[in-house]
Amino acid sequence: MAKILEKRPLSPITKLYRVDAPLVAKAAKPGQFVIVRVRDGGERIPLTIADYDREEGILTIVVQEVGTTTRYLGQLEVGDEILDLVGPLGMPLEIPVEGHIVGIGGGFGSAALLCLMRELRLRGDTTTIINGAREKDLLILNEELGEVCDNLEICTDDGSAGFHGLVTERLQQMIDGDAPGRPDSVVAIGPMPMMRAVTETTRGKDIPTLVSLDPLMIDGTGMCGGCRVTVNDEVKFACVDGPFFDAHQVDFEEAVRRNKMYVRQEQESKDRTTCMKLAVGQD
Amino acid sequence: MPVKRVQKTPMPERDAVLRSHDFGEVNEGYGIAHAQFEAERCLRCQDAVCIDGCPVRVPIPEFIHEIAKGDMRAAAEVLRSSNPLPAVCGRVCPQEVQCEEQCSVGIRFKPVAIGYLERFVADWEMEQTDIEITANLHRDEKVAVIGSGPAGLVCAGELARLGYPVTIFEALHAPGGVLRYGIPEFRLPKDVLDWEIEQLQRLGVEIQCNMIIGKTITMDQLMGEMGFKAVFIGTGAGLPSFMGIPGENLNGVYSANEFLTRVNLMRANDFPNADTPVMVGKRVAVIGAGNTAMDTVRTALRVGAEHGLIVYRRSDQEMTARVEEHQHAIEEGVEFHWLTNPIEVLGDDEGWVTGLKCVRMELGEPDASGRARPIPIEGSEFVIPVDNVVLSIGNRPNPLLLQTTEGLKSNKWGCLVVSDGSSETSREHVFAGGDAVTGAATVILAAGAGKNAAAEIHDDLAAR
Ligand SMILES: Cc1cc2nc3c(=O)[nH]c(=O)nc-3n(C[C@H](O)[C@H](O)[C@H](O)COP(=O)(O)OP(=O)(O)OC[C@H]3O[C@@H](n4cnc5c(N)ncnc54)[C@H](O)[C@@H]3O)c2cc1C
Ligand SMILES: Cc1cc2nc3c(=O)[nH]c(=O)nc-3n(C[C@H](O)[C@H](O)[C@H](O)COP(=O)(O)OP(=O)(O)OC[C@H]3O[C@@H](n4cnc5c(N)ncnc54)[C@H](O)[C@@H]3O)c2cc1C
Ligand code: SF4
Ligand code: SF4
Ligand code: FES
Repeated sequence: MAKILEKRPLSPITKLYRVDAPLVAKAAKPGQFVIVRVRDGGERIPLTIADYDREEGILTIVVQEVGTTTRYLGQLEVGDEILDLVGPLGMPLEIPVEGHIVGIGGGFGSAALLCLMRELRLRGDTTTIINGAREKDLLILNEELGEVCDNLEICTDDGSAGFHGLVTERLQQMIDGDAPGRPDSVVAIGPMPMMRAVTETTRGKDIPTLVSLDPLMIDGTGMCGGCRVTVNDEVKFACVDGPFFDAHQVDFEEAVRRNKMYVRQEQESKDRTTCMKLAVGQD
Repeated sequence: MPVKRVQKTPMPERDAVLRSHDFGEVNEGYGIAHAQFEAERCLRCQDAVCIDGCPVRVPIPEFIHEIAKGDMRAAAEVLRSSNPLPAVCGRVCPQEVQCEEQCSVGIRFKPVAIGYLERFVADWEMEQTDIEITANLHRDEKVAVIGSGPAGLVCAGELARLGYPVTIFEALHAPGGVLRYGIPEFRLPKDVLDWEIEQLQRLGVEIQCNMIIGKTITMDQLMGEMGFKAVFIGTGAGLPSFMGIPGENLNGVYSANEFLTRVNLMRANDFPNADTPVMVGKRVAVIGAGNTAMDTVRTALRVGAEHGLIVYRRSDQEMTARVEEHQHAIEEGVEFHWLTNPIEVLGDDEGWVTGLKCVRMELGEPDASGRARPIPIEGSEFVIPVDNVVLSIGNRPNPLLLQTTEGLKSNKWGCLVVSDGSSETSREHVFAGGDAVTGAATVILAAGAGKNAAAEIHDDLAAR
């Protein structure tokens, strides 16, 4: 059980939680994740460790409400307990190249950049964050992200804030030499289409690129194989070998297809929780 | 006096048609009358060879004699003195290749139903409300147990009986290991497992779930700042193998571990009341023929498949599943494709499984395992139309702990190395047993290993 100490809405569908999880906070490294379960009979879902405070024993997670479990989680308030929380899981992010590192975040992925970019900057890299969203209201954590990197770039699809366009368009400008300059390495975390687009933008340009894959997971310890992805024609278990992989080697098509395996059931489950919410007059 | 009867007293079973649609237990268990009737068949041999067939050497004639006399309490005591998990083992031990294979009655007749009797006594015990168990943790040395499968549970129980404060650390959100996430409810009701775990807790064993040793905390932390004086590793063999054939990542292909975990641990059979789904089409092919494969195919029928198929490259002679499970699977309508080796999973344009391409096999000379080696028959390829494929071709130990722990030796299969005839690992004060050491084996072997390790840990602590 992990007690919720702080809750902050970041956008209409995104919430930030600071939870009491001393052992996980102490062991956590940038790029790792936890698995949570929020109710008896509930699903186990992976969530990135957005940040950690080792001294205070506090873990920060950011949840985007997309379906049953994330919505249950979104209803929890300060003082509530998350039924199960286990981690840190996965391999910490390793970026070998030093120099100008660009982190690209979208959706909950922006949150994952928090501890990651801070650590890179501490190690001496020049860091840029491109924080993207469809529109201004969906942008999250601008202020916090600004504090942990050297340059914060904001992009919105509709131009309601920052650069008017996709994160990949801004990335392309940098590759072409625009300030703050060509990246030596890129890491992208967010929705699959965004990560795919970033991958294509840097392909063949000698810019090592990492993406954080988000396959369906159950145990998160290598026991089920449900999270398998194909990278460089080899099968990998994202929960133990990942979640970060060399973007240019990832079989995205397969990853996208496998994530759609339960769309019908997810919808059924979501409809049900919607009904239940209406029935008790919540939301 | 022993009575000669050719047949075992039959186990009352639920009707195959009814039971294959739910998760209620197949075997209903002996009543007192059945048990005493069967107990009479035991000859109480001077040289009780049945005991040689039991990995933990249960004093079989003694407990059966107590049943015959009607003293179930005494029977339970005898049983527990050597087997800490009788309700589980009575249900899942492969008796036909262990105790019952040796039984003298079995030379001319059917052997005494030792397993059924063991289960009877254990179930009787579960119904008693007056069994005294009190924690007496009078020693100072804390012991950590990693993993809550049969090996870890038994080791922890034995240590607690010796007076040590024990903490079990389990990676998943519920304890039990394979007994929880692997073996289905229709063979091993979760109530039985819960009861066993409750007894351990009454003995003072502490269980901490959601703790992955090597990730949440390291072995060094356990033995350093956390103050554990000895550690038992019972992390099992939970890493699923895949075949490496084309199409294995299509939608609708599972490992048996994933399929069973979705149902047993996450209760996908109760979707959408429970949140985790499982995908089953009309025809489900399970590759393999061990206990896991039988459990998987029978589970598939219970979650809605109309046809459950076993596809195995050898013949039924080489199958490793318990005889009873094979029999139950036949009764429930499972179709068996022996001497059939899958070579590709076929899919449609959207990436969903449509079929399993196989090649027929014939048996050649025995291989290293002593089983006839299957050889493909050229040009015999054919396609079995299926909607799901579940791979049940074996598990290896999970490398998580090894990756983060210095000084632990493993062999080329990833099994922890222990010194001959003991459970000592290459690291001081660290012991190991069960599937993590042997590779995938049996419940009773894991339980026995946990028990032996507890005794060794006791000696190790006493010697310091
Ligand atoms: C390593 C890892 C880290 C993650 N970190 C975070 C995080 O920090 N914050 C966060 O909010 N989410 C994160 N996710 C995604 C999160 O786990 C899923 O959104 C969650 O499992 C959905 O569960 P649900 O029951 O709410 O929705 P479901 O009912 O399972 O799905 C609802 C809808 O969401 C879509 N969906 C389902 N799973 C995913 C997925 N893995 N990625 C994207 N869309 C999905 C489905 O297509 C479906 O339409 C992470 C995933 C992985 C693998
Ligand atoms: C489907 C199936 C059916 C079977 N049927 C039978 C049968 O009928 N009869 C029979 O005798 N045997 C059967 N077996 C085999 C038997 O279940 C196993 O041999 C036995 O469970 C092994 O016990 P164990 O304690 O060594 O490990 P496990 O039962 O595998 O338990 C290991 C536990 O350790 C945990 N763990 C792993 N790593 C860590 C870590 N780093 N930190 C914390 N926890 C960790 C795991 O989550 C797990 O809970 C079957 C196996 C399966 C899969
Ligand atoms: S523990 Fe297993 S092998 Fe031993 S007597 Fe009982 S059923 Fe037979
Ligand atoms: S060998 Fe058979 S008959 Fe003899 S004591 Fe054992 S169970 Fe009884
Ligand atoms: S989530 Fe089960 S192996 Fe990765």
